[in-house]
Amino acid sequence: MNLAIIKYNAGNIQSVLNALDRLGYNAIVTDERDKILGADKVIFPGVGEASSAMKSLQDNGLDSIIKELKQPVLGICVGMQLLCQHSEENDIDCLGIVPVKVRKFQALEGLKVPQVGWNNIYNLKSALFKDVDNNSFVYNVHSYYAEDSAYTIASCDYGITYAAAVQKDNFYGVQFHTEKSARTGDKIIQNFLNL
Amino acid sequence: MLTRRIIPCLDIKDGRTVKGTNFVNLRDAGDPVELAANYALQGADELVFLDITATVEKRKTLAELVKRIAHTINIPFTVGGGIKTVEDVQVLLQSGADKISINTAAFHNPGIISGIANMAGSQCVVLAIDTRKEDDGEWYVYLNGGRTKTDMLCYDWASKAVDLGAGEILLTSMNHDGTKQGFALDITKRLSESLPVPVIASGGGGTMEHFADVFIKAKADAALAASVFHFKEIEIPDLKEYLREQNIPVRI
Repeated sequence: MNLAIIKYNAGNIQSVLNALDRLGYNAIVTDERDKILGADKVIFPGVGEASSAMKSLQDNGLDSIIKELKQPVLGICVGMQLLCQHSEENDIDCLGIVPVKVRKFQALEGLKVPQVGWNNIYNLKSALFKDVDNNSFVYNVHSYYAEDSAYTIASCDYGITYAAAVQKDNFYGVQFHTEKSARTGDKIIQNFLNL
Repeated sequence: MLTRRIIPCLDIKDGRTVKGTNFVNLRDAGDPVELAANYALQGADELVFLDITATVEKRKTLAELVKRIAHTINIPFTVGGGIKTVEDVQVLLQSGADKISINTAAFHNPGIISGIANMAGSQCVVLAIDTRKEDDGEWYVYLNGGRTKTDMLCYDWASKAVDLGAGEILLTSMNHDGTKQGFALDITKRLSESLPVPVIASGGGGTMEHFADVFIKAKADAALAASVFHFKEIEIPDLKEYLREQNIPVRI
């Protein structure tokens, strides 16, 4: 399988490579148009701040390349948020592929922001969660979340109910760090690779 | 629901795990990668690797070790011990560490906290504080593995560090560490309730009840321990089952 990881200035790409390696897959890390468009599957990771990540995509022309993709694409964490419409993080327009807004968690009583740790996901839809048990735990580190919508394929609660994963057509996004989510995370990556 | 985390800590010397009590009578306890993988299988939520290697050249083996850990372990892990510069941090993060724990160096040079946070995000900055309650009833910050007292109060240093970009606080009570008489509930509670970031309680965990207490009474977000796990006085699956019975949310 020809796997491409999008290379831009936002990321702990190494942890995604390590997870793929554990599952027995190699991937190329690239910002080249032909290699991304020619891949069987594309992974779009991201950590850090959304607006600088978005700017890095735009500076390298990657925003238009991502929108052209027809093969399965998996956005992880900030990668998922960038697939959405708009983020409250520095009030930026994202790629607009999944028409959902990204908002900041409100620091309610007893609720720390960012959310750090393991939380359970439920209402699992889509082949991405094939054989993943309802209420499985995944590892999260984030202050912003995608609003619940018709594109939600996994829900999670942290003060409010939000989209732990979204899907529109060939674009999939997970808020949690599937590459750090123990066996559940490995299973989700394997399911993506099996799509 | 967000769960409370159980974090085993592994002491590393020259690339090997060592076990001992208060850094004395150290003995080789095997390959850290194998031990870590076993903890991950048992249900540890995260791991902390604390490098206690003295010499600079031997510390290079740490980056190699971190690479091996990152290739094997599918849960988050923190690396700490002797980190002095943003460059040290960069090497470890590039090797695959998810978080970096800093202690003495951050106290002497608080700018390293914002330096790491700006480079890689607050989520990877764990500020470790060794603290001791003195006769005046106040908790003071200690440096250099607990050998050097400062005049800084624990709470003041923790909140300053959070302002600078620390994403989590790893709080070790020197009064409790090694005693197995329970965690320091008062200072843990103070920090957990007033800081906007997670607090990892460390030092004193000896029984499963102690873990329940630090989560329920002190509102800790996570609890760290070393010897009770290494010497199998507490098995992680048993601990998590017990905590669940106490209605504490845990990942099982």
